[in-house]
Amino acid sequence: MEPEHHFDSFAQQRDSANLGMWLFLVTEVLFFGGLFTGYTVYRSRFPHAFAAGSHDLEIVLGTINTAVLICSSLTMALAVRSAQIGKKRLIQLFIVLTMILGLAFLGIKGYEYHHAWSEHHLPGAGYSFDGSTTSNLAHHTELFFWFYFGMTGLHAFHMVVGECVLLFVFIMAGRGKYTPENYNFVEGMGLYWHFVDIIWIFLFPLLYLIHRHG
Amino acid sequence: MSDHVVPVRIYVGIFFALIVLTVATALIAYVDLGVFNNVVAIGIAIVKASLVALFFMHLRYSARMNPLVFGAGLFWLCIFIALTLADILTRGWLGIPGK
Repeated sequence: MEPEHHFDSFAQQRDSANLGMWLFLVTEVLFFGGLFTGYTVYRSRFPHAFAAGSHDLEIVLGTINTAVLICSSLTMALAVRSAQIGKKRLIQLFIVLTMILGLAFLGIKGYEYHHAWSEHHLPGAGYSFDGSTTSNLAHHTELFFWFYFGMTGLHAFHMVVGECVLLFVFIMAGRGKYTPENYNFVEGMGLYWHFVDIIWIFLFPLLYLIHRHG
Repeated sequence: MSDHVVPVRIYVGIFFALIVLTVATALIAYVDLGVFNNVVAIGIAIVKASLVALFFMHLRYSARMNPLVFGAGLFWLCIFIALTLADILTRGWLGIPGK
């Protein structure tokens, strides 16, 4: 097997692929950065409403989901490691485990969304908070739930995209496409998956852990 | 060092550290630390994110260019948030007409 013709070596090809992936992740930082900044501005403006909204989220489910995602990051890291040492079946095993954990995360998230929806906490025409649609608290918590659904929704969308690419990696691993010389695609997939994990690591305290004491 | 194969025990160790920090941040949220609740919550998140980036994402072992590029992105994010807050926190908010 040869590297692509515009590279001198596999090492150079791999460094380029990695750098490209990190550049892509920087654009993702900018993408999510707008939401994080908007969140910070409105939380500083309406701290009590953000705390009230946060208290309506299930902290246990949020913590479990964080753990599920961390587990999936471990299996993803082990999938990349399996590719490094050229173990095709192990790549497939760890990719499947990562996919199952990712789906578990999305399932729990879906349950939480359904719960928020049935409590009338989906922003829009049907929104109410503590039975009121017109109070200041209702207006301001609606803003919190805009950020909640916007940020976790964008995050969940990234997970869905990740699941699709994981399926692709699973199939290609089965065809023996990844070798210890060239497993760049698996490694790039890993970087993406871990990055999505990092986004959640910040979303969890920002959305679930506001002023829980007292 | 770009082909560094990390021992499984390091991945597992980082994994347990991340789980412990997750449980810790959820529990500490129930202790009243005043303004430091936010500081601790974000601090733990930064530590967790750093562990993921350094070990799971191999930033510790990869070419120097990668942390430089990603660091530049994070630096931009800091400018974005700091200058936005410098504006927002030092000026009053106008009312919304008709509300």
